[in-house]
Amino acid sequence: MKKRYKALAASIAARFSDAVQQVESSCGEVTFDVSLDRLLPVCTALRDEDEFGFEILIDLCGVDYLQYGKSEWQTESATDSGFSRGVNREVVIPDPVAGYDPRRFAVVYHLLSVQNNHRLRLRVYTGEANPPLVPSVVDIWSSANWYEREAFDLYGILFRGHPDLRRILTDYGFIGHAFRKDFPLSGNVEVKYDEEQGRVVYQPVSIEPRTLVPKTIRDDNRYSPDIKEPGGNG
Amino acid sequence: MAEFQNFTMNFGPQHPAAHGVLRLVLEMDGEVIQTADPHIGLLHRATEKLAESKPFNQSIGYMDRLDYVSMMCNEHGYVLAIEKLLGITPPVRAQYIRVMFDEITRILNHLLWLGTHGLDIGAMTMFLYCFREREDLIDCYEAVSGTRMHATYYRPGGVYRDLPDTMPRYQPSKWHNEKDVARMNAAREGTMLDFIDDFTDRFPGRVDEYETLLTDNRIWKQRTVNIGVVSPERAKALGFSGAMLRGSGVEWDLRKKQPYEVYADVDFDIPVGVNGDCYDRYLVRIEELRQANRIIKQCVKWLRENPGPVILDDHKFVPPSRVEMKGDMESLIHHFKLFTEGYNVPRGEAYAAVEHPKGEFGCYLVSDGANKPYRLKIRAPGFAHLSAMHEMVEGHMLADVVAVIGTQDIVFGEIDR
Repeated sequence: MKKRYKALAASIAARFSDAVQQVESSCGEVTFDVSLDRLLPVCTALRDEDEFGFEILIDLCGVDYLQYGKSEWQTESATDSGFSRGVNREVVIPDPVAGYDPRRFAVVYHLLSVQNNHRLRLRVYTGEANPPLVPSVVDIWSSANWYEREAFDLYGILFRGHPDLRRILTDYGFIGHAFRKDFPLSGNVEVKYDEEQGRVVYQPVSIEPRTLVPKTIRDDNRYSPDIKEPGGNG
Repeated sequence: MAEFQNFTMNFGPQHPAAHGVLRLVLEMDGEVIQTADPHIGLLHRATEKLAESKPFNQSIGYMDRLDYVSMMCNEHGYVLAIEKLLGITPPVRAQYIRVMFDEITRILNHLLWLGTHGLDIGAMTMFLYCFREREDLIDCYEAVSGTRMHATYYRPGGVYRDLPDTMPRYQPSKWHNEKDVARMNAAREGTMLDFIDDFTDRFPGRVDEYETLLTDNRIWKQRTVNIGVVSPERAKALGFSGAMLRGSGVEWDLRKKQPYEVYADVDFDIPVGVNGDCYDRYLVRIEELRQANRIIKQCVKWLRENPGPVILDDHKFVPPSRVEMKGDMESLIHHFKLFTEGYNVPRGEAYAAVEHPKGEFGCYLVSDGANKPYRLKIRAPGFAHLSAMHEMVEGHMLADVVAVIGTQDIVFGEIDR
């Protein structure tokens, strides 16, 4: 990590010691987890205090950690018959009535400071609330307006205090939140023109879901860092 | 006499000046805009969700289709994010090729912008002039990647292949006789670098031609000066980047401030506007054409003098050549693994941004150690610009909406993703 970014990380950790927690990064970026109830004061201070000066919210997005680290294709133990093409597809779980896993949904903010020329990433987990609810940062950065609408549309995350929280990318009258990990890639409905009724109708999707390349997570020695050095057998 | 109240008007989604599929719901008081509410998403293809279902390399082609007038710059942002997570750096020659093609792409994008912006507000000739030069650059795309638009040329670890030794040539036909063809092929006799070098010699004169038509043109100025003014403070708060931010007088360019690839080694200047209106943004982009031309010239010089590999020789990420694969068992295994499963990217998250012709194009990549991205968020510059539409057109006339759409340089491929 560059020296400049180390100093930035240290000063943020010191300034907001009770509200933030640093996340390790392998590629020299500064990331902090912010607690949900302190999000607005932390963001306001990051924008207004000269030391930070993050006057641009470059990006805001939702993340769904439902299947994080889960492989679709277990290859750890060998079998007589070899590995099949079969894929363990996650069973679609309907929305729980109670709460979510508190670390399932997160909102990620990418900040940029033009005057100090540095970047920062903030992440806030939405907690157990169903639907997920996060305070809106529209009053701090105007650009958050559409980004929050997008996160609401695709992940169903609500933003308290947003002036106009409508869907933005999906169709008028769309049902569900398309980027959640339990929403199928092919969607739930398809549209076609119905000759008899003389209009476009919605019907359940007729595509069979399939996986062409299964998601695999390898942690054998090919991917351990010390063997990747020149002269290793990898 | 009947009293007229505010009325609502639907602009698009099938309007030639809407630059694609923008539906704009305008509330009008006479001919003055009260509110503008853009409805987007008509071109939404869920690129980010599709990327989650494919190995990393298979999504490079999708990036071309985001902002489909600056194809290689999109690929660049995505490829940089993967490289950042993998911790690899491409060979220097690959970096020069990428910079050269990024700048070629910038010229392509700005020419299309200038042509359509002109067409929208009454300067019809521009469109024909700009497409004349675009043709040459699109031929470079074709020569290097085989396609004229969706190149899929950049790869994590370098670029797909080295620059070709020949340029495609025109053939005589019933429209062009031998003599015409010989004239048209005059610049195409040598290598691709010779052709680009010839282009960079011609191009500044062509930019002068555009400026003769527009810069002091009274109609052009009437349509752009003091239209869509954005103050530097608001530009920052609204998340502007690229020419939109520089047009408002903020000196900010990722190529200078956070250099990637070899931008630190090439010489160029950053134009900055003063008033933050459509005319200043026009001047900024015209100057960017000249600066891009300058960068290309330096890259051509370097690339001529320094042959070398254009992609890493690490077969954990980069497939081995066909020749190697046919004769060597190890290479065959690498080839098979890379094309059936792909490579795994270490756990973590990275954000990589490039100075795209339209602004800051960023890719936020979350990986859980698998062969597919866990989450890919594409930060499209046009999305932030379009969200400021209401603020930019409020109080202007209906005809100015077209000028503002033009000055924002909107392409729906990237906004809707």
